[in-house]
Amino acid sequence: MTIPIDKNNKGQNVIYDVKNLDLWYGNDQALKNLDFAIGENEVTAIIGPSGCGKSTFIKTLNRMIEMIPNVRTSGEILYRGTNIFDKSVRVEELRTKVGMVFQKPNPFPKSIYENVVYGPKIHGIRNKKQLMEIVETSLKSAALWDEVKDRLHDNAYGLSGGQQQRLCIARCLAIQPDVLLMDEPTSALDPIATHRIEELIEELKKNYTIVIVTHSMHQAGRISDKTAFFLSGEIIEFGKTTVIFSNPKDQRTEDYITGRFG
Amino acid sequence: MNFKAEVLEKKIINKPKYPRKSEAIYNTEAGRIQKRIILDKAAKILFLLSTLFALLVLAILIFRIGHQSVGWLSLKFLKGNLSIFPEKAGIYGVIIGSIRLMAVVAPVTIILGVATAIYLEEYASKGKLQAFINTNISNLAGVPSVIFGLLGLTVFGRLLNLGSSILAGGLTMSLLVLPIVVVASQEAIRAVPGFLRDASYAMGASKWATIRTVVLPVALPGILTGSILALSRAIGETAPLVVLGIPTLILKIPTSIMDDFTALPIQIYYWTLDTVLTAEYANLAAATIIVLLVMLFLMNSTAIFIRNKFQKRY
Repeated sequence: MTIPIDKNNKGQNVIYDVKNLDLWYGNDQALKNLDFAIGENEVTAIIGPSGCGKSTFIKTLNRMIEMIPNVRTSGEILYRGTNIFDKSVRVEELRTKVGMVFQKPNPFPKSIYENVVYGPKIHGIRNKKQLMEIVETSLKSAALWDEVKDRLHDNAYGLSGGQQQRLCIARCLAIQPDVLLMDEPTSALDPIATHRIEELIEELKKNYTIVIVTHSMHQAGRISDKTAFFLSGEIIEFGKTTVIFSNPKDQRTEDYITGRFG
Repeated sequence: MNFKAEVLEKKIINKPKYPRKSEAIYNTEAGRIQKRIILDKAAKILFLLSTLFALLVLAILIFRIGHQSVGWLSLKFLKGNLSIFPEKAGIYGVIIGSIRLMAVVAPVTIILGVATAIYLEEYASKGKLQAFINTNISNLAGVPSVIFGLLGLTVFGRLLNLGSSILAGGLTMSLLVLPIVVVASQEAIRAVPGFLRDASYAMGASKWATIRTVVLPVALPGILTGSILALSRAIGETAPLVVLGIPTLILKIPTSIMDDFTALPIQIYYWTLDTVLTAEYANLAAATIIVLLVMLFLMNSTAIFIRNKFQKRY
């Protein structure tokens, strides 16, 4: 069976080129022979039912998956031409270029200011004025500045869930990444907060490449340029979101997006 | 569907039948409730009595020593120097001895204990070796303090030739309370939620940077509480010091960690022992116990204060 994958990324820089990626948790294979590319300044949505490997995959892109014991991979993920599994690649360096936003907002139990400057500080920026500039630009980019500018030194846990998640996005932006990985960033939020995050993603894609795992097909349809449909660790279909949602080539994709399972 | 119904039916049929001795009284709904209320009250009284027993013992102890120390616990007693004459004796040097002992115990145990906990929780691979070390640290916490005294005497007193100095006493005490700090710190570190670590690692932070900036600040209240409780154990511990041969009646107030010293529990011990010779020594011992109890109370209050102030904020 040939997988209907749109590899046509002409005229566009490839950020991630995934080649024959397999991944095992112990003896269980979680990802099977993934092979597709993610383009620059695009929003790529990864959809699929629970346990299909979408979270596993997005965590592989910044090698956070290695925090789990007994994980093995084979194949390659080229990030701007470099295999991220190569021995010469330091994960710390990869993760400064590839930021990640998690399912549950996870600010540090510190002030809003301290949360945003966390990344810049551990990467050696000490100048107070420079840090303050970073805080302002990052919070503005995450559409949070106006809400928190008067209470930057308050604890981040005083913010609402949606604000906390935008703070986490600002914290990522503070180290000026190239790619933003989002693992179901709105699943813990109410519809209004979700809407604000979606607007934000729309805005951010001008400057960043975004990969987003989502449980909501509507969300994928609203915000993404490309969609990848995962099932049991395999990529069933990948292509332009408009095409996937209007004219899926695979029966299983159609069943999933029309809500027949998952 | 049919199958489910069948199973359900079986369950109902097999429902155990309770003995029906008191059927006459308790077979009504009101009767059963009445029974439960009585049981509830009985349980409450039982638990209250258990609590009161401990409190009563403490009250008797405090009353006795309080009564004995009346007239003896004075500013002169706190500021004076030791003497064989009960009327002249003061425990200034003894208090200084205990404080200086803690000045050795605190840094040694906290640094070694927290470092051990960090290694075991964050760096050591979770395998048999780690489980073995963990079990042994817990076992170490149960070793009688006399044995630690013997260890201190052999290693610090004789082998390293530290004699009965503050350093020898402090190092011995550190070994004794180290497991408490290790276990408390391990628990505090383990309680730091994984999502905070993930957030840090995902920003490209190294392991040490994550431990330093995320794990330790969050675990700090737990670590401090454990450390203070360990210190309050060390300040009251007598047996290891007796085995080390820590003398009483040291007239020179210790100034360096190599000096000989005496500490509050030692002083209490010897004064109580010598009551057979001079009856008033019992009063001196009682007054010293009050001083030690006040110090313990202050330390434990600090621990509780820290714990409450830094309650989980996430």
